[in-house]
Amino acid sequence: MSRLAVSNLAASLGGNRVLKDIALDVGPGEFVGLIGPNGAGKSTLLRACLGLVPSSGDILIDGQDLRRMAPQDLARHVSYVAQDRDIAWPITVEALVDLGRQPHRGAFARPTEGDRAAVEAALERMDIIALRARRATDLSGGEKARVLIARALAQQAGLLLADEPVAGLDPAHQLALMQVFRDLARHGTSVVASMHDLGLAARWCDRLVLLEGGRIVADGPPATVLTADLLRRVYGIEAYVTETGGGLVVQPTRLAQTKNEQQN
Amino acid sequence: MTETARYRLLIAVLAMVVALLFVLSLTVGPAEVAPLQGLSALFADDDSLIGLVMREIRLPRAILGLMIGATLGLSGAALQGYLRNPLAEPGLIGVSASASLGAVIAIYTGLSALMPLALPLMALAGALCAVLVVRLMAGADARPLSVILAGVAVSTFAGAMTSLALNLSPNPFAAMEIMFWMLGSLTDRSMIHVWLAAPFMVFGWLMLASLGRALDALTLGHETAASMGVDMRRVQRLAVIGTAASVGAATAVAGAIGFVGLIVPHLLRPLVGARPSRLLLASALGGATLLLAADILVRVVAPGRDLKLGVLTAVVGAPFFLVLVLRARRQMA
Amino acid sequence: MISGWCRRFLVAGLLWAASPAGISAAETPRRVVSMNVCTDQMAMLLADKGQLYSVSYLAADASTSALADDAKRYVLNHGLAEEIFLMKPDLVIAGTYTTRTTVDLLKRLGFVVEEFAPEVSIAEVRTNLRRMGKILGRQQRADALVAAMDAEIARLQAMNLSEVELALYYANGFTFGSGTLVADIVGIAGLENLAERLGISGTGKLSLEALVLARPDLIAVDASPDRGPALARQTFDHPAFRAISAGHRSVQLDSRYTICGGPFTLIAAGILQQAAMTLGGVKPDMGKR
Repeated sequence: MSRLAVSNLAASLGGNRVLKDIALDVGPGEFVGLIGPNGAGKSTLLRACLGLVPSSGDILIDGQDLRRMAPQDLARHVSYVAQDRDIAWPITVEALVDLGRQPHRGAFARPTEGDRAAVEAALERMDIIALRARRATDLSGGEKARVLIARALAQQAGLLLADEPVAGLDPAHQLALMQVFRDLARHGTSVVASMHDLGLAARWCDRLVLLEGGRIVADGPPATVLTADLLRRVYGIEAYVTETGGGLVVQPTRLAQTKNEQQN
Repeated sequence: MTETARYRLLIAVLAMVVALLFVLSLTVGPAEVAPLQGLSALFADDDSLIGLVMREIRLPRAILGLMIGATLGLSGAALQGYLRNPLAEPGLIGVSASASLGAVIAIYTGLSALMPLALPLMALAGALCAVLVVRLMAGADARPLSVILAGVAVSTFAGAMTSLALNLSPNPFAAMEIMFWMLGSLTDRSMIHVWLAAPFMVFGWLMLASLGRALDALTLGHETAASMGVDMRRVQRLAVIGTAASVGAATAVAGAIGFVGLIVPHLLRPLVGARPSRLLLASALGGATLLLAADILVRVVAPGRDLKLGVLTAVVGAPFFLVLVLRARRQMA
Repeated sequence: MISGWCRRFLVAGLLWAASPAGISAAETPRRVVSMNVCTDQMAMLLADKGQLYSVSYLAADASTSALADDAKRYVLNHGLAEEIFLMKPDLVIAGTYTTRTTVDLLKRLGFVVEEFAPEVSIAEVRTNLRRMGKILGRQQRADALVAAMDAEIARLQAMNLSEVELALYYANGFTFGSGTLVADIVGIAGLENLAERLGISGTGKLSLEALVLARPDLIAVDASPDRGPALARQTFDHPAFRAISAGHRSVQLDSRYTICGGPFTLIAAGILQQAAMTLGGVKPDMGKR
């Protein structure tokens, strides 16, 4: 059964149709990269899959209708890392990561061994054990990003939706995070992450979904999505695309000539 | 010491301080009653004059001081968590002023004389309007500044309408009573007031107290909180009605007392590891501490002058507010 | 310099327009406007027919004025300079606490303004009555009123009451200690004033607690319901107050008799004396008779 099955999905924000006719199926253990230019609808698609924006069409999470799921039940199936990294209060990193255990706990229940283990695992996986006692608001942007992902990992949902998780991370931490997502996928968690770095997307994702103007224009293995032709049409760029032993390498080189320029 | 152990210690200490101040509040008053004699008269089943003073004047005053302080502290902590805004507070966002307006309308039209429940209900309605307006104005991102600006507008409007209502009253004393409604006092309240306000306050407390987990989750923003299983519509309902009920009832019997909801959560936040859920109980106790202490102080510092509580809380609170604004400005820069 | 000159010029112009009859303090005033509830009542008692033109609106309010019905025969003013100006009075009577800016403006405009300080004793009531009589050219009437007052005072003082302690407990816990007209009245009525025992001088606060513990024999309140609701009234519903004022131990003393000094002030003394005499049957001692 698919983790996420979307069909006929449409959504409007402020009167504008931002998603049209979306059909998407994510199976267990898949690492899907969501790509597309700014304003293509990537964030909205992720948020629609959490029920955060009003939408029409069908969204099934582990076979259940999203709109009929109780909020806490939904949170046990899907976790989310928002693009916004604003943390309102100076709570400790450990307390922040522990928030991910909320959906698994009763209203006034104390943390169980399982909760503690999940928090430890998440801290370790994101390499932030050393930060555990620090105030989350005092961290650098990159540290905050890792802490917030650890929070989502502690939620231990089968599906992880991440909005621009690598934005603002240095190359080493970008690669480390991609490795984390890969490992999660290998252990059966499905990951859908929106990203702008086509190189990372090409090398690490099982599958890429390319959005343009609220529609899916391509969906498949990186090599079939990241063609020079599609990149030129959708992004308006020329890119160097080549298959190497280590995987697909994509490097944007320059802006594509517009039609006007071609005519001249 | 772990954070949890420190939290428990803090709660225990605060609870003891509240108990101590409660007893102290019973022993302070314009009439000279020896403390021990007074306290024993409280429990003696006779109709002595001292017993009358203790049971009918000082006891309700102490109870209201405790309950209203707890209400202001708790609602301040809850509003800050809910709006993700360290400047939010029932006084500053206009809830108290609007509750005053509701109470003033109930009293000076004679409605509350016909139906006593009209007093807390009208105050609640006033408070409800203010919370809804501020919530609406603040928008989804609830930027600190827009919340405060909306609060200024609401407060000013409610204050003006309150003085209009008092000016229009045929009773010559009504106009002087604007001081009570804007600055608050516990002087010569009775058990009647306690019974009128307490149920609403307790009802509001229960609603606000149930917000703990949701407020923790809201640390990471509305969308992340929603993704963690927090039902945002339920949270909105609880926060709005809980604040309106508890602050409305408190204001109906004691007037608008400012800044308690701002100072208390702010002082206690570092002591509870900044966790919004833990801040709730701590701020309730802290608010009770502050208001009981302030109410003792007004009786000791200026006996016979009926100093208003809001004067004391503003003297401490206003500089506090300015410091917080400075800090917020530095963060934005 | 220029502004001063200008002002004088303006004032002169206005004066000319305002007072066709000319102003002369020496003559008996024929068109008098009073702006203060206390001077209103004295003027109403003393003025000749048609001499008094206008009194303040408070004079017609039964909760503040003992002569509210009389006041309805006069034009009511609200103490606004513009309003007084248009009435073209040849004499304005004001209280020293009447809106200062209005009085100053009227004086600048050249109106004759006589000011009266509020009376803090019966002796001052006599003085003010005589002064008012002189100003209005009605000395005889004033002397007659003073004589009647003195006779009434003598009658009240002849009553020999045993010690009855009275607490004056007004809205918001205000009471009247030594050096107030009300305290003077309490003395004339032959009662002990709790405020004086507690060392309160002037108008002061009497806390509910202190009132309960002092256990006065009689409590004078103004709890008349016709003034509309206010917090001030709630004190009289306080359980502790109810407990100590139960039975005949509280007496309604309308503020209209005590706000201003005048012959009517003695009505208040009579009310207090009556209440003291009906207390519990044992307390009052009708003297040697």
